[in-house]
Amino acid sequence: MLKTQARLESSKLMSWLSPLIAIVLTMLVSSVMFWALDINPATAFKVFIIDPLSDGYNLGELMVKTTPLLLCATGLALCYKANIWNIGAEGQLLVGALVGSYFALQANEQSGYLWLLVTLAAGALAGMIWAAIPTLLHQLFHTNLILTTIMLNYIGLYLLLWGVHGPLIDPDGFGFPESAIFADSVLLPTIMEDGRASISILLAVVFAIGSGIILYRTLPGFQLRVFGSDQPAARYAGYSSKFIVWSVMLSAGALAGFAGVAEVTGPIGQLIPQVSPGYGYAAIIVAYLGRLNPFGIIFAAFFMGTLYMGSDLAQIELGMPTAITGLFQGVLLFFLLACDFLIHYKIVWQPSAGVAQPSSSSAKQGAA
Amino acid sequence: MDMELLQQILVAAIKTGTPLLLVALGELICEKSGVLNLGQEGMMLMGAMAGFAGAYFTGNLALGLLLAVIAGMLMAGIFGLLSLNLNTNQVATGLALTIFGTGLSAFLGASLVGSTINGFKAISIPLLSNIPMLGALLFQHDILVYGSFALVAITWWVVNKTRAGLTLRAVGENPYSANALGIKVIKVRYIAVLFGGAMAGLAGAYMSLSYTPMWMENMTAGRGWIALSLVVFASWRVGYLMVGAYLFGAASILHLVMQGIGFTISPNLLAMMPYVATIVVMVMISANPIRQKLAAPMSLAKPFDARRH
Repeated sequence: MLKTQARLESSKLMSWLSPLIAIVLTMLVSSVMFWALDINPATAFKVFIIDPLSDGYNLGELMVKTTPLLLCATGLALCYKANIWNIGAEGQLLVGALVGSYFALQANEQSGYLWLLVTLAAGALAGMIWAAIPTLLHQLFHTNLILTTIMLNYIGLYLLLWGVHGPLIDPDGFGFPESAIFADSVLLPTIMEDGRASISILLAVVFAIGSGIILYRTLPGFQLRVFGSDQPAARYAGYSSKFIVWSVMLSAGALAGFAGVAEVTGPIGQLIPQVSPGYGYAAIIVAYLGRLNPFGIIFAAFFMGTLYMGSDLAQIELGMPTAITGLFQGVLLFFLLACDFLIHYKIVWQPSAGVAQPSSSSAKQGAA
Repeated sequence: MDMELLQQILVAAIKTGTPLLLVALGELICEKSGVLNLGQEGMMLMGAMAGFAGAYFTGNLALGLLLAVIAGMLMAGIFGLLSLNLNTNQVATGLALTIFGTGLSAFLGASLVGSTINGFKAISIPLLSNIPMLGALLFQHDILVYGSFALVAITWWVVNKTRAGLTLRAVGENPYSANALGIKVIKVRYIAVLFGGAMAGLAGAYMSLSYTPMWMENMTAGRGWIALSLVVFASWRVGYLMVGAYLFGAASILHLVMQGIGFTISPNLLAMMPYVATIVVMVMISANPIRQKLAAPMSLAKPFDARRH
């Protein structure tokens, strides 16, 4: 019968295979679900995975969805590598979009590219400040980072809603909660003829690669990794925990804030209440799917972007509620976490000796 | 302030605090066993959706309630399987549970948005409800609020006065010693996790069957997360939890009160108040880290694996 056995050394192979196994298992579970909903799983997978990659327009939209995920997940991976539980990318993104929009609305057609840079910087800075709040509270009062960052996500959301219903509302917009459409001078240049994908996807990839190089090729990156895996050792080596916590939190905030401002000055072109369909939360999964490695995260972000894109298409073509994205995300994260079991344990076949073997859960309790 | 208004505020604080109290009570037991489940928000949403669906399709509120509890426990079961059997990181697994529950409840409940039911009605207890002030505060609620009073009392008694409570605390403090004493650590933790799920389901049902009898995507609006802070606020003590829940309840309706007295602030800024209040409270209680360390169960969020020791 099958038994689990602790590995003496964690498996390198499995740490790369487990995300793939998780994706396959998620697809199996979703097939059952599609089948239960009377949708041919083959059709569903075509809509979810093939169609988003099928033509130029869809590819552009895929990049639009991927950009904020990649930016947020890169920042979160830095935090999680250092064992710092920042769940606040969503709020940092929203505040970046809000503050960026304020600056973008001050521009007119004559404002040069400099004003676009100011707008982008303001958005990134806003995200950074939003991340600085929980960091400061954590450093001064030891508040729980998970809970403060989540509260700030909600506060950020209401701040954005306040902005878009209040001071930033379009005076000629018949009371709709939307800002005026931004001047062309503060819009990010697009990278394709048709479609909305802007140069922010290229910047996101550059930031991810840059983070990867810092993490794996520089001394601060090494210190960060030691700090994350063995805090006492890092302290013994004299690494400043303050420096590490602040630098990862502020970087993550700046990246998420930039993601927000890149959304409003890119594909959206104005401030609307629905800036993010939960990118900041999905980025947590992207970070894990990419094994907290910025290079892996690039692929993971494209995969998750495909899922978002696919669910948009599934809504149009199959009439499925978009909530299905969240469902898939949850299942995928479950399987990702579960498959990591294989890194530290192996499943072995032991021929039954004829007597009843203890089940794996009772074996776990040992001599009890 | 006139007594009429004060009474209304206090009654509203109890109503608003009840879902927080229920979900936090479950999390408190879960954490006492050494397991940190951050999936409260997801379990609550599933409870709210399942409860509403049950009541809507059967026309029976009690069946809705039962379904909500089962939904919460099923969700908690997934968490148990991953964190207790596969030793996954509890923080990440809890987040996964919330993401999953948010998605699944929105998906399954999509067709129910906009539907209506008749929710639980307040039952005035004869004689007692006529006591000035106290009558309105304690004896004119719906059955779920009365139930929450009873659950607090029972939980307090079990944790502090029974052998089962002692076992629970032993597992949360040092699972390896408990294991050596012959306590089935995983079993105790499963019971605690499932209890947490049942309570989260109940809290969700309170939202969708009593507080606002309807179903809406994300309708718990972060109450699961606030409840997690509440457990820290109460330093893992049942009695403090009740006081804390009503205080948080009062903080969440403060904006209604302010509107009532004639403050004109944007409703969106006022809606931030519960979250701001939670952060302020967390700063106040966390300022003394040693006290928190002493109050928290020693093995909180640390997986137990007899194979490795």
